[in-house]
Amino acid sequence: MTEALTILLMGAGTAFMVLAAIGIVRLPDLFTRMHAATKVGTLGASGIVLALAVHFDNLGVTTRALFVIGFLFLTAPIAAHMLGRAAYFTGVPFWEGTGVDELKEAGDGGGSRASGDPKSPNAAGEGASRESEDPH
Amino acid sequence: MENGSAIETAGLIVLACLTGSMLLAFYRLVKGPSLPDRVIALDLIAALTVGVCGVYAIVSDQSVFLRPAIALALVSFLGAIAFAYYIRKGGTS
Repeated sequence: MTEALTILLMGAGTAFMVLAAIGIVRLPDLFTRMHAATKVGTLGASGIVLALAVHFDNLGVTTRALFVIGFLFLTAPIAAHMLGRAAYFTGVPFWEGTGVDELKEAGDGGGSRASGDPKSPNAAGEGASRESEDPH
Repeated sequence: MENGSAIETAGLIVLACLTGSMLLAFYRLVKGPSLPDRVIALDLIAALTVGVCGVYAIVSDQSVFLRPAIALALVSFLGAIAFAYYIRKGGTS
């Protein structure tokens, strides 16, 4: 029973990890890649560490495993948020299919988005409206 | 003993899959067009290494291998935060 649960959790975690790696190679721009890498990667690592806790069945090991899981779930969103915000404001180009830019509409005090590097292919209307100055 | 060998076999297959995932993430680390792409790939490699530590602890039946996983989770977070500040201040790739 314990062995089956260990193998199940380990396999599920590894499946998530492989999906995260495929996503980080296949997805078209930074923000979608970030979506794959941080969320799915965190879930995969947590599954494997949970399998470790089930396998050893020991109070100390379980405590440490839960500490690792809690820490991963606390820090991965913060790191991804800060990276995404920094990348947005330094003008990393969007995928051409991106249609919504809610951070620009909200107009918060983080500064305006720098224009993307000139060699990046901007879709005509979308890129122009995204990089124009704020009206107010 | 039969169950133990089942876990060992599953662990070896899982380690192979994690190695393949690490190669894919490394491809993005080398190729990634911008600096945040590379930082995200490094973050994923750290998470994969936490997974490898966990699976190796299960396969070798020694719980000490959980400790590098703890240290790695802490350090990779600090690294990502430092890179985010660097990019925000206008660091180049």
